[in-house]
Amino acid sequence: MRPDLEYTDIAALHGPLIVVRRTSGVGWDEFARIRSATGEERHGLVLEVHEDIALVQVLEGTAAMTTGGTRVTFTGGPLRIPVGDGWLGRVCDGRGEPRDGGPPVFGTTTAAVSGSPLNPTRRLPPADPVLTGVSAIDALTTLVRGQKIAIFSSAGLPHLELAAQIGAQANAGGEPFSVVFAAMGLTHADAATVRDALEERSAAGELALLLNLADDPVIERVLTPRLALTIAEHLAFTGGRHVLVVMADMLGYCEALREVSVARGEIPARRAYPGYLYSDLASLYERCGRVRGMPGSVTVVPVLTMPARDMTHPVPDLTGYITEGQIVLSPDVPVRPPVDALSSLSRMMRAGVTPAHLDLAAQCLAALARARQARELAELVGETALGDTDRRHLDFERAFLDHVVAQRADECRTLAETVDRVWRALAVLPRRELTMIAGDVLDARHREAV
Amino acid sequence: MGTLTRVNGPLVEVAGLPGLAMFELVGLGPVRLPGEVVEIRGDRATVQAYEYTGGLRAGDPATAYGRPLSAGLGPHLLGGVFDGLLRPLSGADVWLTGARTPSGGREWRFTPLVTAGDPVDLETPLGEVETAGAPSYLVLAPAAGRVGAIRPAGPVGPGEPVGRVGGRDVTLLRRWPVRRPMPYRERLEEVVPLTTGQRVVDLLLPVSRGGTVAVPGGFGTGKTVLLQQIAKWCDADVVVYVGCGERGNEMAEVVAALAELADPRTGGRLADRTVVIANTSNMPMMAREASIYTGVTVAEHFRSMGHDAVVIADSTSRWAEARREFASRSGAMPAEEGYPADLASALAAFYERAGRVTTLGGRTGSVTVIGAVSPPGGDMTEPVTAHTQRFVRCLWTLDRDLAYARHYPAVSWSASFARDAEAIAGWHAREGRPGWGERRARVASLLAEADRLALLAELVGAAALPARERVALLAGRLLREGVLQQSALSPADAFCDAERTIALTDAVLGVIGRCEELAARGVPAGRIEQSDFSPVLRAKDDAPDPETVRARAEGVPGAP
Ligand SMILES: Nc1ncnc2c1ncn2[C@@H]1O[C@H](COP(=O)(O)OP(=O)(O)OP(=O)(O)O)[C@@H](O)[C@H]1O
Ligand SMILES: [Mg+2]
Repeated sequence: MRPDLEYTDIAALHGPLIVVRRTSGVGWDEFARIRSATGEERHGLVLEVHEDIALVQVLEGTAAMTTGGTRVTFTGGPLRIPVGDGWLGRVCDGRGEPRDGGPPVFGTTTAAVSGSPLNPTRRLPPADPVLTGVSAIDALTTLVRGQKIAIFSSAGLPHLELAAQIGAQANAGGEPFSVVFAAMGLTHADAATVRDALEERSAAGELALLLNLADDPVIERVLTPRLALTIAEHLAFTGGRHVLVVMADMLGYCEALREVSVARGEIPARRAYPGYLYSDLASLYERCGRVRGMPGSVTVVPVLTMPARDMTHPVPDLTGYITEGQIVLSPDVPVRPPVDALSSLSRMMRAGVTPAHLDLAAQCLAALARARQARELAELVGETALGDTDRRHLDFERAFLDHVVAQRADECRTLAETVDRVWRALAVLPRRELTMIAGDVLDARHREAV
Repeated sequence: MGTLTRVNGPLVEVAGLPGLAMFELVGLGPVRLPGEVVEIRGDRATVQAYEYTGGLRAGDPATAYGRPLSAGLGPHLLGGVFDGLLRPLSGADVWLTGARTPSGGREWRFTPLVTAGDPVDLETPLGEVETAGAPSYLVLAPAAGRVGAIRPAGPVGPGEPVGRVGGRDVTLLRRWPVRRPMPYRERLEEVVPLTTGQRVVDLLLPVSRGGTVAVPGGFGTGKTVLLQQIAKWCDADVVVYVGCGERGNEMAEVVAALAELADPRTGGRLADRTVVIANTSNMPMMAREASIYTGVTVAEHFRSMGHDAVVIADSTSRWAEARREFASRSGAMPAEEGYPADLASALAAFYERAGRVTTLGGRTGSVTVIGAVSPPGGDMTEPVTAHTQRFVRCLWTLDRDLAYARHYPAVSWSASFARDAEAIAGWHAREGRPGWGERRARVASLLAEADRLALLAELVGAAALPARERVALLAGRLLREGVLQQSALSPADAFCDAERTIALTDAVLGVIGRCEELAARGVPAGRIEQSDFSPVLRAKDDAPDPETVRARAEGVPGAP
């Protein structure tokens, strides 16, 4: 509309915010380009308009900016990016600028990064699995196409390796598949690990990688997952692919959001995070799905570290309230990947597996729960004081960890192999304990080890 | 025509609209995004927009509608899916934007129940509309007066009057301001249960028609599944399911399930007695705030026809958060945890819209309200959970430990209450089911005893307990696994009627009694525990009727 109109009357700069005076016709949530006195280009979003004043959030921060000499132009609409297959095989920064030395990404069309809510009546319930090749996940917390499921972890655990392994191995049983990986606030070392693990996938033209690193502009992080989802929606619903979006680490994203909120002087809610954190996270996670009458699917896997392993911290808590399940990593699990099966749950699982698989998973979880009780008791009275059934459950827990959960980071297992391993672990339990599995299935698969 | 002077997300300031009233509906910008007046100061008014305000500019036009936010009520509601302002979603675009093209509406078959010249009272039925659903849809007189004209039996088009009363045209569409409760003649004292089909509820924590229930629970504890089960199987005439700031996939699932399931009472589709309001978490936050009121207004509308309606709101916490968000943007002084100071009174007023009443037209109807509560961090002392508990008749607290142990529904028997339980036991006795109260008391005391002993056993080990106490522990397990657990996925057990609930409970109580006898006769507890209880534990899933259930329990525990 008025892309060339430049505003130079800057009333104030504070935190990531800049107050532009004597504007006209600036819309809320518009995208802005800001040229500093030194000629450097930055980018911003309109947070508020009040008569002729516009409050703009600068993605790259306001460091070294001055009130004099700064020029702001408004683009006449919300931020849009090109979309299309051009993103596949590329590595870009958190704003979509190339990081791989290649040319800027072009697309045949553009889309607004904020997306629009999908009409709930046009959603198809999630169905069919995204197989990750990771036994602990495929056996007990199956990812279902169109679902969102979080990985909860804590500092020092290999959640990024697991996320990268999932990104590298995930597939939709031969149907077109691609991965969009959004990294937020990762260290250079972590980013390198992720890049290495995903190398092949990228070379195969099945991956778009957006890297916002720990020393990149913090506020840019607010945009990175939105870009990733916008790219994914197009690859899925126009391109007909099943798309997996991995977003790591959501804690970094939420901290960026908090920074903006504090700079604006908003009334804080829990732990100084803004009161709208739930809705903001939902505006990301809810972009997963399948759409009636359109091909493809978007499956979203946010990864987050829980500060001090606290699951009641607002970021894991609100994530848990939005996602359809969680995969929990715990330092108490002695194998790698340290998936804590009892705390993990895929709520959509029944839409992605056979009824027999569902029974099998339910039985494993019941037995693991019983094993945990027995272990707690054994800590008090000693393992020798336990009854036979309790001791067998402890054996089961060990067998389950060794045969099913433990897995190398470069090892991709088929679903059949995973199921075989589960049966091998169940062999240590007597048949009378397997009340959740139908008799004929037990006849066929259960070989009690004596 | 006024103008916008300020846009701050959903909060928009307008000027130049003299005479605006609080809560009046205002159209914002060129596409007239709906919003509601929430503050007036001099010539400026603050409007809370119900849609994404991206692109709105200072200087854009604002239009006043001269009426408050109101819901359009009519026969089209049954079987439909709507947003928080009750605009149909079924015909709307795949990707939602603020603007909606109003649908033309359809024709309905109308049958008059009065003749021209008849005197009618307020809410006398003027006629009936044929819907796909079971509940009869009555068109009620909006005022007392004489019937000036009435349409003969046959189709009525959208907007066409079906008659005239006291000089005013009556159409099938009725508008009601959602924040104002609909009037009724009087509240009824008598307690009649709502059968939910969920054993833990009907047996231990029953709810009455016109009652109020809060269902607090941390994430993943099973609020939505429990509420959806009740939406499907409870014996109400009309169910209003409000997805308030929750997941789109869940809405898609419930809508699909309702369309497929047959209503056991009528043979029709369950969808045809259901009104779904879907304001998911990624849809505009302020329409989410309104959706709770919209939902209860729809239920009141059906209550006035003499129906038993149930409003299910998942989750009321999202509604409270929307209010907090609005209050904080408008600079209101925050009270507890940033919530506005009127949180408790707003909650109380909302739950007070429930009730079993005599309507203005003399019929009996009810609105039952069941609201999920999502406490941050699972903290039951947080303001929304703490205040809600004060205003409800029933509390079904979902327990994280039970959920983690996959004990579903994870309703805690010790941290919940049902204040109408005794009155409901009396009702069962009058209906020819004596002993309901005693059965409930026996189950409750066995569970409490087992919980007490489990704590003890954690300290000393179960093996150290005397046989009688080990049997009491076993009794707790049998009740939990054989009666209270109820999988929503089990085809035979998703819904359990009163007779089968009695049969299952009595079967398990019988087994417990026999175990107690064995222990009293000196049989070692270890031998009793080793018996095969699976026939009676699996009965809930594979014994379809009370006779089979009873047969299962025979011979359990086997002779030692
Ligand atoms: N009655 C039940 N039968 C079988 N499974 C259940 C039952 N109740 C809960 N579950 C399991 O628990 C999961 C979580 O339940 P649900 O989605 O209802 O939790 P919630 O309390 O609504 O969580 P949130 O607050 O995050 O929305 C379900 O996906 C299902 O796997
Ligand atoms: Mg829920």
